[in-house]
Amino acid sequence: MGTIWVHAEVSGGKVASISLELLAKARELADTVEAVVGGEGEALAAELGAHGAATVHATGDLDGGLAGPAVASAIVAAIEGGAAPDAVLFGTTYDGRDVAGRLSVKLGAPVITNVVELEQVNGSLVGTEPVFGGTVNVSTRFNGAGVGLFLVRPKSFAAEESGGSPAAVSALPVPDLGATGAARVVDRFAEESTGPKLDEAGVVVSGGRGLGEAEKYSMIEDLAKLLGGAAGASRAIVDAGWVPYSHQVGQTGKVVKPDVYVACGISGATQHMVGMKGSKNIIAINKDTEAPIFGIADLGVVGDVHKVVPKLIEALQARG
Amino acid sequence: MDIVVCVKQIPDPADPGELDPATNTLKRDMKLIMDESDSYGVEMALQLRDAAGDGEVTLVSMAPHEEVNGLRSALAMGADKAILVSDEALAGTDALGTARVLAAAIGRAQADLILAATESSDGYTGTVPEQVAELLGLPSVTFAKEIQADSGEVLVKRQTEAGYDEVRCPLPAVVSVTAGVVEPRYPSFKGIMAAKSKPMDQVGIGDLGISADQVGWAGGGQEITDVSPAPEREAGEIITDEGDAHERIIALLEELRIV
Ligand SMILES: Cc1cc2nc3c(=O)[nH]c(=O)nc-3n(C[C@H](O)[C@H](O)[C@H](O)COP(=O)(O)OP(=O)(O)OC[C@H]3O[C@@H](n4cnc5c(N)ncnc54)[C@H](O)[C@@H]3O)c2cc1C
Ligand SMILES: Nc1ncnc2c1ncn2[C@@H]1O[C@H](COP(=O)(O)O)[C@@H](O)[C@H]1O
Repeated sequence: MGTIWVHAEVSGGKVASISLELLAKARELADTVEAVVGGEGEALAAELGAHGAATVHATGDLDGGLAGPAVASAIVAAIEGGAAPDAVLFGTTYDGRDVAGRLSVKLGAPVITNVVELEQVNGSLVGTEPVFGGTVNVSTRFNGAGVGLFLVRPKSFAAEESGGSPAAVSALPVPDLGATGAARVVDRFAEESTGPKLDEAGVVVSGGRGLGEAEKYSMIEDLAKLLGGAAGASRAIVDAGWVPYSHQVGQTGKVVKPDVYVACGISGATQHMVGMKGSKNIIAINKDTEAPIFGIADLGVVGDVHKVVPKLIEALQARG
Repeated sequence: MDIVVCVKQIPDPADPGELDPATNTLKRDMKLIMDESDSYGVEMALQLRDAAGDGEVTLVSMAPHEEVNGLRSALAMGADKAILVSDEALAGTDALGTARVLAAAIGRAQADLILAATESSDGYTGTVPEQVAELLGLPSVTFAKEIQADSGEVLVKRQTEAGYDEVRCPLPAVVSVTAGVVEPRYPSFKGIMAAKSKPMDQVGIGDLGISADQVGWAGGGQEITDVSPAPEREAGEIITDEGDAHERIIALLEELRIV
């Protein structure tokens, strides 16, 4: 395959891990890999190059504008200018979806979404996506000509350096967006967070409805902190308003693959498990012997979270 | 303020469907319900309409078999009327085709603001709202957790990886809302009775100026090459807590060199 573009995003001043994952996969599939950035390219060129991007097409500062319409229009202009890639890979992220959605309408092309595996079969790209809570895998490919658009779930591929030299920075001008570009970010708020990010942490401790009440979630945070990990949640307690959506693990939340995942008071619905069953080791604490989570746990503890977790915290604190 | 809310009607997730082995698509012959994800958009629309003191909430849905069950639930919550697009030609329509249909249907209503959920519970492509915005030539804000409307614009708190962004956006605009951000009201008995007589505009794709080759299987532009069961993960050891389970957990964490 000729050329794949990767929509690269920034997180905490660095290239987001999902973007590095996509670059690694793109290198396996294409002769030429290039990055597209809604923002400044200079600061990212070294890292993108080290992960295999030959060029970074950068729009420059979006001045508070949202990535969706700006980056999609800029990509279309580049394609019209003769620079069409065979495929564009996006992460299933806040901005990735926006850009892919806008682009799909502009190109009149579908997007293959929720992709967890990408391979080349008879010269065309095939994306695989889990359905029915991850119990069945469906593979899809485009049957038309044109640019293939893929939205890939984070943690599907491992990031890997290629040792490449810094990417060449090329300007990707944003055409006039008209009304579509009218939304402006006027302020940014960072929620206080300590410790590693949920989808990058080596240890994830998650709580579910079995905690009984919102206040008990602090126990999950304490345990996560003691293990140098991040705190996650089932959708049940996100929907109940106990914790923000950013904590949600599962089909409609984050996919995590830590070394250790500790599920506390979580039943193990398929939609939850699809987000964490790739973890290396799973520990589950649930008072119901029949809880489905025990079906995938390396260590299952039939017990009360209100007894087991505080003791665990105490014992870890005692070790200092 | 006139608000359109996209409401997807889906099979009950508690009773998941199965793939039709002949066509590799979801079998959908059971009664459909309102996707819970859309109940948040409906609630938000009702609150915004009531705060503005004027205007109407119009529901828009594309569904097979002239299904109105989910729309009636949202009308019972307090929405004013609904537009339903149902057409045999729509079977197998993908996200882009769905967005084309919804955008055309929205064109039949008055809309200062168009709300949708960030993703549906059964399809979860999460692209439809942004595609609708692009088709209508409108700005959009996805992943809203709070919306304030005043004089021709909205101020939206948009979820981000780090926290949230405050985004100002002139109307008309499309905004997608995440689950759990408001408490959807339960329909009252009066609401349920009133829903039965609220206006329901039922249209086919011809009424929207859409031809059959733009939707359905033909319009999709993609094909399924394989369907296979996902690999299973084996269960390990299960112990019952006798007051010392934490020690076993710590022993495992030590073995894994986490502590
Ligand atoms: C389309 C769709 C998408 C979804 N996406 C997601 C998703 O992304 N992520 C997600 O998590 N869910 C998702 N869900 C929801 C999912 O189906 C479940 O409803 C949810 O995961 C249940 O959360 P839970 O395990 O916390 O609650 P419950 O299922 O209520 O389980 C609570 C568990 O706690 C145990 N318990 C109770 N008290 C105690 C105690 N004192 N000590 C120990 N254990 C106790 C119980 O035995 C029970 O097993 C989705 C659902 C649908 C339909
Ligand atoms: N058939 C439909 N009818 C009405 N609204 C829909 C339909 N499909 C998608 N939507 C809206 O678009 C959102 C995102 O859908 P999706 O892109 O499928 O995840 C849904 O939550 C709905 O608000």
